[in-house]
Amino acid sequence: MEFFRIKKDIPFMRHALVFNVISLLTFALAVFFLLTRGLHLSVEFTGGTLVEVSYAQAPQLEPIREALAGSGYPDAQVQNFGSARDLLIRLPNREDLETSRVSETVMNTLQQVGGPAPELRRVEFVGPQVGKELAADGSMALLLVIVGIMIYLALRFEWRFAVSAIIANLHDVIIILGFFAFFQWEFSLPVLAAVLAVLGYSVNESVVVFDRVRETFKKKRHMTTPQVLDHAITSTISRTVITHGSTQVMVLSMLLFGGETLYYFALALTIGICFGIYSSVLVASPLVMWLGVSREQFIKPKKEKEEAVV
Amino acid sequence: MNRYPLWKNLLIGLVLLWGLIYTLPNFYGEVPAVQVSSAKATLKLDTAATTDRIAGALKAAGIENTGIFSDATSVRARFKDTETQLRAKDVIEQTFNPDAADPSYVVALNLLSASPSWLTSIQALPMYLGLDLRGGVHFLLEVDMPGALVKRLDSTTGDLRTLMRDKSVRHAGITREGNTVVIRFRDAAQREAGRRAILDSTTDLQLVERDDAADDLKLVATLTPQAQQTMRDFAIKQNITTLHNRINELGVAEPVIQQQGAERIVVQLPGVQDVAKAKDILGRTATLEVRMVDDTPGAIEQALAGSVPFGTELYNERGGSPLLVKKQVVLTGDRLTDAQPGFDGQTNEPAVHLTLDAAGARIFRDVTRESVGKRMAILLFEKGKGEVVTAPVIRSEIGGGRVQISGRMSTVEANDVALLLRAGSLAAPMEIIEERTVGPSLGAENIAKGFNSTLWGFLAIVVFMCGYYLLVGLVSSIALAANLLLLVALLSLLQATLTLPGIAAMALTLGMAIDSNVLINERIREELRNGASPQAAIAAGYDRAWDTILDSNITTLIAGIALLVFGSGPVRGFAVVHCLGILTSMFSAILVSRMLINFIYGRRRKVESLSIGQVWKPDTK
Repeated sequence: MEFFRIKKDIPFMRHALVFNVISLLTFALAVFFLLTRGLHLSVEFTGGTLVEVSYAQAPQLEPIREALAGSGYPDAQVQNFGSARDLLIRLPNREDLETSRVSETVMNTLQQVGGPAPELRRVEFVGPQVGKELAADGSMALLLVIVGIMIYLALRFEWRFAVSAIIANLHDVIIILGFFAFFQWEFSLPVLAAVLAVLGYSVNESVVVFDRVRETFKKKRHMTTPQVLDHAITSTISRTVITHGSTQVMVLSMLLFGGETLYYFALALTIGICFGIYSSVLVASPLVMWLGVSREQFIKPKKEKEEAVV
Repeated sequence: MNRYPLWKNLLIGLVLLWGLIYTLPNFYGEVPAVQVSSAKATLKLDTAATTDRIAGALKAAGIENTGIFSDATSVRARFKDTETQLRAKDVIEQTFNPDAADPSYVVALNLLSASPSWLTSIQALPMYLGLDLRGGVHFLLEVDMPGALVKRLDSTTGDLRTLMRDKSVRHAGITREGNTVVIRFRDAAQREAGRRAILDSTTDLQLVERDDAADDLKLVATLTPQAQQTMRDFAIKQNITTLHNRINELGVAEPVIQQQGAERIVVQLPGVQDVAKAKDILGRTATLEVRMVDDTPGAIEQALAGSVPFGTELYNERGGSPLLVKKQVVLTGDRLTDAQPGFDGQTNEPAVHLTLDAAGARIFRDVTRESVGKRMAILLFEKGKGEVVTAPVIRSEIGGGRVQISGRMSTVEANDVALLLRAGSLAAPMEIIEERTVGPSLGAENIAKGFNSTLWGFLAIVVFMCGYYLLVGLVSSIALAANLLLLVALLSLLQATLTLPGIAAMALTLGMAIDSNVLINERIREELRNGASPQAAIAAGYDRAWDTILDSNITTLIAGIALLVFGSGPVRGFAVVHCLGILTSMFSAILVSRMLINFIYGRRRKVESLSIGQVWKPDTK
């Protein structure tokens, strides 16, 4: 069985402009949503308290809200989490509250509300100083990934590849963030980890294509640059789809079996993987072309002899 | 051409065997255990004696155990079920803590790996589960360094006042203003005298002269950066020591108390659900007192007989012997600014050097002058119970606030005493800035969810690979399994904390790792398509794919390392597994799969075709 039976190279580069326009549009949309809606940041970034409780039977939300307002938390958000029996209560940090005691007060209040007894599942309290740091650390990590990958690709290939790979993949990152902004999905630390992992992963996708580009430039002399790119993409497309398919299967499994905690993590990965294929093939390669890559950049007289032997 | 030399096969085999051995403990699960550790910093646990004592107590009560193990700080006994464990806990508790109100040992319920002892003896332990998987409380505490600085400057202000009085320098007031201490003088001569007096007595202060008016001359003192650094280090160390002592009280089997960054402390209490109690205990203070010992002949015998003489109290000294101590308090821990282990300048014996603040030094000088030849007791009060840490004989009058305790002490003991004296109180106030509590049911659920996602994802990949690449796909799947094996073995060996994001990383890494094998297999197909012989196609496939695999793994690794460096909490757990997984995947995807392929095809002289699925050629139909 073989999925891909391609006789001729697919002329991707002929439509390069179209792809670039599509990318630009999605990118602009993502930025628009990020700016207008913003990310729904989790308690880890904003600071505050989050209490997850589980009941034997589904509780009434209204009495709980009232009880919490009565004990001094009118700004508490109470919502179902996963099922009707699980509740998630969010409380923002406030100056006048002794923040480290919030979780106990909440549990005491919940116990006094009539009905089924609550079972404490999880408490997360994050002080205001920690949240800011996490955001700063996250940006630093992103920066380090970008710089690290650019340096590596520039050394191993060519600066043109480095630049296009990074642009293509940052475009992925912005689009993932755009999705999170549009749907107001919760952006937590694991999601941040997923975004950065995707960045590394889809750069690796570009690398596979670039490897082929380099090899084709060295081997086939008669091809023009767009033809070389088409050939490289076509000959790796089978691998691209299979690899991403396998990774996606794993991620899908997390999406299905991983529960609430891993849900958004897996979701970020899913978007990242889909756009990763698209961008590394159809964004990075045209960019390399626009940046003016050519055979001369890869051919060194000495190396050519070695290649001739093969 | 497709054969590995013997050494290479052996090496790969050995690595896999190693992986298998270190993965094994994870399959055995856990059995209930009772853990005994010391509840007091003054009491060092003698593991050999404790082991015998536990064994004896259990035997006397007719309770069977399945092994007693010890490490540097604790002894654990395993039992076959929870019921036995609970009975055994009662028995051990009674043996070790006859006085329930004043426990000297922590007897806690714990879970131990059920793996056979030969595995434990080669340090093959199950993976260390994070709090989100086993349940428990996590606190991040921040030490209030500005608060500690203010406290220090306040005591400096007092010291300077005493110093000025002692050196008869006339000043017009000493006050703390923000992070400086300002000393006012009426004339320049007095200021010069004051400046000299300060510089002679301490090297911790930087002095700047400031003239606000002709008769308002000032000396502005700030702590030198070095002194500030020392103060910070001291404050955080002392707070950690104090936390250790207090957490022992909670009876937690494996507490984690670690410094994080310059001014933060992580406290993790696995299995603890009572957050309120934990917070109370973390916030409590212990106190230190110096009192005189009543060495009147016959008094101690009288006290032991039941009638304690008026104005004295009976306390136990470290090591057990009782001591009669006067009720009147000479000094409290507030006056102690530092305690460091060291050596006696003349005899070279181990000693503890104490530094008192100015007021403390004055009191100490007066008391020691009057009581040469007598004994002085240093007591530590924790949870309302006092204990004599040490009771040295006063040899001569001690002035200047520098006190040395020496004699009959080993270096270890000197260290302990110094720690304990410092542990009297928190050096600086602390604040909880992060709290995470995970209930035990959620922990177990998280394990199941993580495990299921990995399992189903893995199976789906195996089915696909075997269907699409046939025999070669099976080899890739085995290589992927080897990857998982090595990753789990590495995590077990390093005892890196495994969290739910860590399990997610494991699944994700497996999903990504198959990429290397797909690259290789596609290359082999391509070579076959271009008309290469099967043997040549294998060699060329592995050869050509290598560059690409290396490049793509390095870029992924860069992202992983960035996460490791800047990540905290859940992100770090993810990054550790991700990075290790990339490394193991390079090994298994290339070496393990190649070894298997070599075994299958490399030995045959002539290979007609590869079982790699259909190879479609554009020119055929």
